[in-house]
Amino acid sequence: MSPAEENAIKTSARNGWLLSLPALVMLAFAATGPLLIVVWYSFLTANDTGNVIHQFSTEGWVGILFTYDIFEDGWVLADAHLTIFWRSVWLSLVTTALTFAIGFPTAWFIATRPAKERALWLFLITIPFWTNLLIRTFAINEVIRNEGLLNTLLIWAGVIEVPLQINYTETAVLIGMTYVYLPLMVLPLYATIERFDMRLLEASYDLYASRWRTLRRVILPIVKPGIIAGSILVFVPSLGAYVTPRILGGGKNMMIGNFIELQFLQGKNWPLGAALSVTLLIIVTAALLVYVKVANRDRGAGHG
Amino acid sequence: MAERGFQISRLPGFATVAIGAFVLLYLPILTLVVYSFNASNSVAVWGGFSLHWYADAWANEDVKAATVRSLVIGVSAAFLSTILATLAALGTTRRRAFKGQTLIYVVINQPLMVPEIVTAVALMIFFGIIKVATGYQGLGYLIAAHTAFCLPFAYLPIRARLESMDLALETAAADLYASPWQTFRRVTLPLLAPGIMAGAMLAFVISLDDVVITEFVKSGGQDTLPTYMLGQLRRSFTPEVNAISTMLLAVTVVLLTAFFLLTRKKD
Amino acid sequence: MSDTVTISARNVVKAFGQGAGQVRALDDVSVNIRQGEFFTLLGPSGCGKTTLLRLIAGFEMPTGGTILLDGADITTQPPNKRPVNTVFQSYALFPHLTVAQNIAFGLEMLGKPASEVKARTAAMLALVKLEAMAGRKTSQLSGGQQQRVALARALAPQPKVLLLDEPLSALDLKLRKEMQIELKRLQLETGITFIFVTHDQEEALTMSDRIAVMSAGKIQQVGSAKEIYIHPKNRFVASFIGETNFLHGKAEAGALRLGTGERVEVPGLAAGGEATVSVRPEQVRLVLPSDGLKATVGALVYFGTDTHCHLHLADGTEVVARLQSPATGEAGLAQGQAVGLRFAEGAVQRVED
Repeated sequence: MSPAEENAIKTSARNGWLLSLPALVMLAFAATGPLLIVVWYSFLTANDTGNVIHQFSTEGWVGILFTYDIFEDGWVLADAHLTIFWRSVWLSLVTTALTFAIGFPTAWFIATRPAKERALWLFLITIPFWTNLLIRTFAINEVIRNEGLLNTLLIWAGVIEVPLQINYTETAVLIGMTYVYLPLMVLPLYATIERFDMRLLEASYDLYASRWRTLRRVILPIVKPGIIAGSILVFVPSLGAYVTPRILGGGKNMMIGNFIELQFLQGKNWPLGAALSVTLLIIVTAALLVYVKVANRDRGAGHG
Repeated sequence: MAERGFQISRLPGFATVAIGAFVLLYLPILTLVVYSFNASNSVAVWGGFSLHWYADAWANEDVKAATVRSLVIGVSAAFLSTILATLAALGTTRRRAFKGQTLIYVVINQPLMVPEIVTAVALMIFFGIIKVATGYQGLGYLIAAHTAFCLPFAYLPIRARLESMDLALETAAADLYASPWQTFRRVTLPLLAPGIMAGAMLAFVISLDDVVITEFVKSGGQDTLPTYMLGQLRRSFTPEVNAISTMLLAVTVVLLTAFFLLTRKKD
Repeated sequence: MSDTVTISARNVVKAFGQGAGQVRALDDVSVNIRQGEFFTLLGPSGCGKTTLLRLIAGFEMPTGGTILLDGADITTQPPNKRPVNTVFQSYALFPHLTVAQNIAFGLEMLGKPASEVKARTAAMLALVKLEAMAGRKTSQLSGGQQQRVALARALAPQPKVLLLDEPLSALDLKLRKEMQIELKRLQLETGITFIFVTHDQEEALTMSDRIAVMSAGKIQQVGSAKEIYIHPKNRFVASFIGETNFLHGKAEAGALRLGTGERVEVPGLAAGGEATVSVRPEQVRLVLPSDGLKATVGALVYFGTDTHCHLHLADGTEVVARLQSPATGEAGLAQGQAVGLRFAEGAVQRVED
């Protein structure tokens, strides 16, 4: 390589870094950097009046699963914590399944519209996607609360006499999360189905497959990358959800996000809150890494 | 026109579920909008059309202050994040892959991957330390936080625009005696403008929508519209919140429509 | 046209990638391009012709060698400092500017006074006959019109050399023929040196003063259309430009001894070793079996104006003869018929392998 060529390459790389630097500094200051402080805080000692005492301790981490029993004078498994973890994972999984059950037909429907109509249907999906999560949670609240649309209609129709208590139950959180995260499932599914070669269906039917077998043997395997992308996009924010369970779940049906907040506000156990945050971050990162791996493998196999 | 016979791409029940999904997506939002125009104090009873709750919200000093704060933070964060994102997009596209480029992508997109509650807690601790150390309690923390998490949203459309831009155009400018700065000013920037506008709008919408991070970072008396609404919910639920929601919704829809018109591909 | 050299490439090397995956797009290329000539770089895709053009324009830096413009070394000069302009394959018209603004762009960047910019732009619009389109956006133009704008834009600053990177490849056949004539006219009117890149041999033959045939990063032969067609230097040039038959055998004094034992006269051939000759199909004559190389008629392919007759020598070598089709369309030959072959005088050309 000639010196001029080498110089041009070096200058290009240097300019790339220089141009990105202001953004990187901003993110290091107000996004990535502070995460490291959380890791540090998870190894400090709790101060009962809030904040931390700068003294090394692993109690924050132990406290994730165990709680100190003053009567038995020892650590016992914290049932309440396990319930919250289980609820978070369970609700997130069910939310993912429900959004898929509704989102797949929806994405298929949009992708099979005439090209001109498609942009409009897609736009209709993206409006809720970009609408304030808080507003959407309020909106679903308007429907399911005791004096809300659903109960008013059911009572008016004479189906029930006493309003159904949906709000402040796990079901409410589930309905709410399915509602707010549905667009996150539809969009990646649509992106994959849109590239799906419809002639494959002709081939499948030509080779005597029924609709059901075509769906199972042809469509689903090919759109798998979209299914995985959508599932991750729904599962990850569900697991870290804060606003929806807070508004619809009431105090009883906490998820990890609310549990973390509790440690910093009322609970006054910052190290535990920090350790829980790091745990959540690790789970989410693991999920994303699995996604990247699967996505790359599928790309390698010729899709996407 | 009635379609007859075997439809290749039709799957039984799918259209029904899809239409149902659209109804379910919009029904709650419509309910909220309709209730915001309800004259009745009880949300269960329709008391006729009224702008009563909008008037109430408008007269409420807290709402006014929160609106101004939301706008100040939103405009500042959109402005800053768009500038930073434009520079970063210029740095990371259309040049020979360089060492550390992937790292830059990961850092820029990091706010999209980390759960909001985790970032919120991290910023509360970190900015708390700075607040104590410097004594400064102003809006700067919120603007910094918003700028950071808006960055990937501003970055993506700008980068997409840059990548779809014909490299030959800048080569042609250089061929026609334009210096690198003139090329940027006269060719790159005008062509990139729609992407930059789109990025700024998305950043603004994202900033305006944020509740979790703001809730944890704000100092006393620094409510934005969303955190104000969340606070109201803790007390009693009034249709005033619906009125504010409807107004925010209108802003979002207007900006999104503009975004789609800006980024729409020309046939 | 004069003998003054405008562009001179000396031992130019351009490598892409590194280590084992390295590809030499240009491998020690030297060529002199004369002032005012229509010079064509011709070759299949990937032969390095576009790379050479981009090096002359300054869009890329050579790995080795130098490029001179009027005797001055411009190898590392950035493109905006070179008095050389390019017509891009994709035209690369600025979509945010009008036709007139596109044409004025280079002049403005050179800091020409407004009055001159205006006058030159108007003159260029007239030159390419697009006066009526001055205020249009380029996206509103047809392919042919866009092509003219690209030409006018590149010619407006009066460059010493105009580089054209397959500028006609996006046009349909009829428009392409028109533009070939148009280009030739512009070149004669402006007197500017044109360096034209194409993979279309017919385009190269009809338009160029001189042609450089390129393959695998090297220049195989430089010459006028006639020189290259009649005296191809090697197998590649002979087969890339037009169609040809190759005959291979032992070199004897003034003749080639084929595998069949028959002799083909090759004036000037020295004895010793093996040699290959090229004979164009239109120079093959059919005679009585006793009067030439013995051959059998194989497939007959009717092309309208002429008929291609595939013939087989005794050792299996295939020779194609292009015969003018008679009025009836029937060549009067039958498959398996024994005939004799003769080659027109001067048609047998020795080529390197």
